[in-house]
Amino acid sequence: MNVASKPALDQATLDDRRLAKVSARDVDVFYGAKQALKSVSIDIRPNEVTALIGPSGCGKSTFLRCLNRMNDLIESCRVAGSIWLDGEDIYTSGLDPVQLRARVGMVFQKPNPFPKTIYDNVAYGPRIHGLARSRAELDEIVMTSLEKAGLIDEVKDRLQEQGTGLSGGQQQRLCIARAIAVSPEVILMDEPCSALDPIATAKVEELIDELRQRFTIVIVTHSMQQAARVSQRTGFFHLGELVECGETEQIFTNPRHKLTQGYITGRFG
Amino acid sequence: MGDHTMRAYDAELERLAQAITRMGGLAESQLDQAIGALVRRDSDLAARVVASDHQIDELEHEVQNLTVRLLALRQPMAIDLRAIVAALRISSDLERIGDYAANVAKRALVLNRIPMVEPVGAIPRMGRVVAEIIREVLDAYVENDADKALAAWRRDEEVDEMHTSLFRELITYMMEDPRNITACTHLMFIAKNIERIGDHATNVAETIHFQVRGTPIVGERPKADAIAPPPEAEEEIP
Ligand SMILES: Nc1ncnc2c1ncn2[C@@H]1O[C@H](COP(=O)(O)OP(=O)(O)O)[C@@H](O)[C@H]1O
Ligand SMILES: [Mg+2]
Repeated sequence: MNVASKPALDQATLDDRRLAKVSARDVDVFYGAKQALKSVSIDIRPNEVTALIGPSGCGKSTFLRCLNRMNDLIESCRVAGSIWLDGEDIYTSGLDPVQLRARVGMVFQKPNPFPKTIYDNVAYGPRIHGLARSRAELDEIVMTSLEKAGLIDEVKDRLQEQGTGLSGGQQQRLCIARAIAVSPEVILMDEPCSALDPIATAKVEELIDELRQRFTIVIVTHSMQQAARVSQRTGFFHLGELVECGETEQIFTNPRHKLTQGYITGRFG
Repeated sequence: MGDHTMRAYDAELERLAQAITRMGGLAESQLDQAIGALVRRDSDLAARVVASDHQIDELEHEVQNLTVRLLALRQPMAIDLRAIVAALRISSDLERIGDYAANVAKRALVLNRIPMVEPVGAIPRMGRVVAEIIREVLDAYVENDADKALAAWRRDEEVDEMHTSLFRELITYMMEDPRNITACTHLMFIAKNIERIGDHATNVAETIHFQVRGTPIVGERPKADAIAPPPEAEEEIP
């Protein structure tokens, strides 16, 4: 067999981590005494879609939440190691977490539109961050965000209707529009399609591929096919460790670590 | 490697591998028998070889159907994906090997009706080497052994050399006595068929290497010298 049991991580990091959009080094995460991530080092490259895969509980969401300090909101959670955004340490540089989350947006598993109109859902972030000086500017942001999220044609005549009245797939694209509206640089997506039907999923995946032009995307997914379809790079987590990271094509045709191989071929045990 | 959470998936992959192994066994025995028919001037045997070719074709269809089914239903990844793609490629090489073996048998039927010529002796030597390569390649397949595949792949050079020297020998016979020309021409085509079988066997070796390692064989086999036989004269025998 060609697969080995030593970590296949030479592709995980760049020689110069400043060239990464997001760079993590030796990240440990604890929930109380329980260690959820062990010394994770990975560089997320700009304008790429990086997929994170692995069995439930391996720490994918935990890692994603480190990247915009969402873990700060969890009482018991402690993060060690360093995470940089554009060469700046997001934990120690004094960067305001609210500002950080505007630069590093997040889309969750279940579409979670606010109980507001479609318009207000998208306008929410720009208003909070004071991104528009006038109603016209805000309209502009809302419309372009809905357009970039591929939703404009479906909602342009019903902007004043409730966001929660949309279909599941439309709600998820509304959440993407909401994330885009504050002009983030990085978008984190935690199983964004797991509540969607195949057609809605296909639309979101197509959208992800387009968004890559403007944004850097990290997506956690349970669907290997989805990771294969949307990402350029894939990282495989197992029991809190990053086991293998490389070009998506290589990971799915010729993984180097036997755990990766076991997982993606459905032989995990 | 078994142990899929879906046991039916393992069973289907196993069926695929078995179909390939059966095809390979048949192809090898078709070649053996075609050469036996030639050497022993046994036209009944030659006719049986020609008549048996359809069995290999049928197995190729089985492999194709299994492959399409696996791709559609299992969304195979990594080693499984490579095994399935490899099976498809190997089955088409084995099918060609079967065709060439049948061609050899058809030529044997013609040759058995005219007087024997001497260089017929070099043909079975070449045939034996090619049959051995096929066996080694099939072993490599069954054992998932990329090194074994690589070793078999390297042996194709031997076949090319034998083919070249046989070609020269046959030319010499034809120049010596024009009455040899008909028989020697048939032998030349037979030698070419066997050489092509060797090429397909090396294709299979390359595919096995890809299946096991996920990478192609790197490097070139050294090629035969300048006084080589003419390139492919892909001929149909009525
Ligand atoms: N808020 C939390 N409090 C305590 N433990 C948690 C919390 N969130 C996650 N964990 C634990 O951390 C580990 C990693 O979880 P998570 O990051 O959600 O994995 P994944 O997203 O890969 O399924 C699991 O063992 C999980 O139980
Ligand atoms: Mg999760």
